Amino acid sequence: MNFWNDPLKVAAAWLEGIFTGWGMDAVLAHVLVVFLGVLLLITILMVLDIFLVWIERKVVSRFQDRIGPNRVGPFGLIQPFADIIKLIIKEDTTPDGADKVVYNLAPVLSMMSVLILWAVVPLAPVMLGVDLNVGVLFLIAAGAIGTLSIIMAGWSSNNKFALIGGFRQVAVMVAFEIPMLTMLMIPTIFAGSMNMNAIIQSQNIWYFIISPLGALIFLIAAIAELGRAPFDLAEGESELVAGFNIEYSGMKFGMFYAGELLHAFTFGGFWAILFFGGYRFFGLEQVSPFLAILILIIKAMVGYWVIMWVKYTMMRIRIDQMLGFNWKFLTPLSFALLLVTALMNALLAGADSWLYITGMFLANVVTAWIALEIARSVARKERERMEGKKVVEVGHS
Amino acid sequence: MTAEQIIFLIVALFTLGSALMVVTTRNLVHAALWLVSTLFGVAVIYTLLNAGFLAVVQVVVYIGAIAILFIFAVMLTRKDLRDNTPQTNKNWWAGALVAVMTFAGLAFMLQGWSGLSKTAAAIPSGFDAIGLLGDQLTSPNAYVLPFEVASVLLLAALVGAVYIAFNPRSGDSKK
Repeated sequence: MNFWNDPLKVAAAWLEGIFTGWGMDAVLAHVLVVFLGVLLLITILMVLDIFLVWIERKVVSRFQDRIGPNRVGPFGLIQPFADIIKLIIKEDTTPDGADKVVYNLAPVLSMMSVLILWAVVPLAPVMLGVDLNVGVLFLIAAGAIGTLSIIMAGWSSNNKFALIGGFRQVAVMVAFEIPMLTMLMIPTIFAGSMNMNAIIQSQNIWYFIISPLGALIFLIAAIAELGRAPFDLAEGESELVAGFNIEYSGMKFGMFYAGELLHAFTFGGFWAILFFGGYRFFGLEQVSPFLAILILIIKAMVGYWVIMWVKYTMMRIRIDQMLGFNWKFLTPLSFALLLVTALMNALLAGADSWLYITGMFLANVVTAWIALEIARSVARKERERMEGKKVVEVGHS
Repeated sequence: MTAEQIIFLIVALFTLGSALMVVTTRNLVHAALWLVSTLFGVAVIYTLLNAGFLAVVQVVVYIGAIAILFIFAVMLTRKDLRDNTPQTNKNWWAGALVAVMTFAGLAFMLQGWSGLSKTAAAIPSGFDAIGLLGDQLTSPNAYVLPFEVASVLLLAALVGAVYIAFNPRSGDSKK
């Protein structure tokens, strides 16, 4: 066991040796080392978060045909630090009639619900926080805490816009949790395990290729869970000013903002883990754990970029459209896809791997095609009913 | 005392304290939030018992769905979220008596039970608790019938809720 093959275990053993050498109890030393490990991971994530602000602003400006931050430091890299100093020295306001404890707890819970997700992320084959056998469900559990933080922020601010924003966000999150949970079952079926590391290890072929529709539905549900455009109804600048975080100022607002960015990056990572092989890339992950971490970060960044691409391209939809889309289209589709996947998995259990992959892929394509045909015919009937006459279809006869 | 016992005592105190706050606080939303922390304490106790799956399901179902629904219902139904009526009625002494007697009865019964002083056998490595649970829930020799009956019951509740909420007269006229 040397440092370059298993850095975490070697470093932990080394530190524990030092602590026990000082006469510390072995159990206490172990707890202390684990605590330091958690602290290190959170510190790295928060530093990464600072640069995510820069990345987000640079990418959005490219999408909007601007240059973005370019004055402070090379390529504007120092800009986020200036932003943070501004946020910290801003006046910290609490609105009249706010519920102080709940009001101050909400941003902390919001940040916590994101950071806690990293407990189950396998960074490399040998580097993972908790090898939880229900890692997939843990994702939903942490999302529940995020939902709670938003409703707490919306209610405790004593502001009607904040409350409406909070209600909307909860409606979105509770609705899209269902397709997301259903889609999380698809990698579980393929891998035969809910453990994140086992899911990555079993991806000899990316699950995106076996189940492209599953990956797409997961991405849509993840974007809704993040509260990003086109599902950013909770913020809706044009109607709710800033939604649930309207009354927050300074670093408390910063916590919500940084939490959202890190959440988007984290979901990019989970998309990569569940459907794009996580840290695996043509066996490169076996060379060094550090290379594996690099691969995972690059894949997570690509996922994050796709989420940003959607955010800055799509327009915000109305709340009734959002609920209709979820309950009448996405949820039945995800249930149907789960049934089809489970059935095909049982039918093709003993089949050749090429037959298995082709069969699964075709099953996905057929499911997507049937769903789109049903949606199209329903929409056409609705249009006919609204306009009271037969609509002439353009470009399709 | 081992570290595990200390953690258990802290978590148990936290859970019981939160549960007490649920029934004593006058603000209904605060009561719902204290309920969340109680449920979270129960999830931590599941974790201490090596029941990771139950702990995660506890958070998903109780905090993610039921507690959020409670908060929603409280916010939608009441204009003033503070409760000014007395928190007990004239039967409080009977309730207290029943509670004390239940506790005394349980304590009396468990006093001579040998399980209290035993330590649990260590879980063998590679023990797949979720796999076993899944097998038990779908095996005809085990619990497939109760599991399916519960599913049908939930489906009936769902259909009933839709039926109550659906008003056929205003169903189409809105559009």
